[in-house]
Amino acid sequence: MSKENLVLRLNRVSCKGCGICVAFCPTKVLKIVEDNKCKIIDLEKCIKCGQCELRCPDYAIYLEEGTDGK
Amino acid sequence: MSDRSQLVDKYFRVDNLPHIWCPGCSHGIVTRALTKAIDELDLDPDKIVIVSGIGCSSRAAGYLNFNTLHTTHGRAIAYATGIKLANPELHVIVITGDGDASAIGGNHLIHACRRNIDLTVMIFNNNIYGMTGGQYSPTTPHTALGTTAPYGNIDRPFDLVRLVEGAGATYIARGTAYHTLQLTGYMKKAIAHKGLSVVEAISSCPTYYGRKNRIGDAVGMMQWMKDTFVEKRAYDRLDEEKRIGKVPFGEFVNIQAPEYTAVLAEITKRVEGRL
Repeated sequence: MSKENLVLRLNRVSCKGCGICVAFCPTKVLKIVEDNKCKIIDLEKCIKCGQCELRCPDYAIYLEEGTDGK
Repeated sequence: MSDRSQLVDKYFRVDNLPHIWCPGCSHGIVTRALTKAIDELDLDPDKIVIVSGIGCSSRAAGYLNFNTLHTTHGRAIAYATGIKLANPELHVIVITGDGDASAIGGNHLIHACRRNIDLTVMIFNNNIYGMTGGQYSPTTPHTALGTTAPYGNIDRPFDLVRLVEGAGATYIARGTAYHTLQLTGYMKKAIAHKGLSVVEAISSCPTYYGRKNRIGDAVGMMQWMKDTFVEKRAYDRLDEEKRIGKVPFGEFVNIQAPEYTAVLAEITKRVEGRL
């Protein structure tokens, strides 16, 4: 699957704010914000490596085929 | 449109999500790795049975959309043995924890290994009894703290890999929640293996184990896995003193031996032929 067709999705309802995705994101795309949940702060930097999805214990963040970059 | 990945939509009972596990508990990571392994093997979900015991890890069965059985403490392997004997066509996967598998269910574990029955045993090892409040388990390291070991654990821990190797398991691997891709690979091989396979998945309990032992929170415990666990081939090349404080992960045993249900079927056929 080509990475160009992938977009990063974040379901903030499922996020428990553990911070694992933030800590291990190689390009610092993510941040835990005031409500103690993850937020995508710099989507431009995302290299779609999927490290966040692999290690999200709550299935809140993932790559999906699509183009809208929601 | 769903707000979950295709993998989660396909293999999880999404109505039961979010799950009950604490923030940063690695059990969610290990459970997802298992569904990824099943997906990559392209197995018929109707032919898969997940059997779990009791404990945090064993809650996984309730979230997975296969045939599932949530059984009694320590007895998951006994139930799984019955299922496998009744229908050897099924892929029977046991999800259990360090306490469930090696304390309460220790005898079931070693004898299933000895028989080499075709089950896959996934041990989610977080070194503690999380569900009941952080009591030390048979894999809590010597001197580590638990609510029942406030001055440090007196016991010495089981090395689960060596335990099941001694007992006769024919596929054995250790992976970690941090090294997720490798873990998925071991799970795939374990499920495909004919015989008793064990994957020790190093998980983390930030709530009780990490906090109590000052290893850290969810991130700290992932970092601990990254720093502590070394791929087996690299570990083997390390000097003796550099191995201190490191634990190898990888594939430890992968051999073929007569499988219990196959031997039983053969004997049954032979005896029936005499009647």
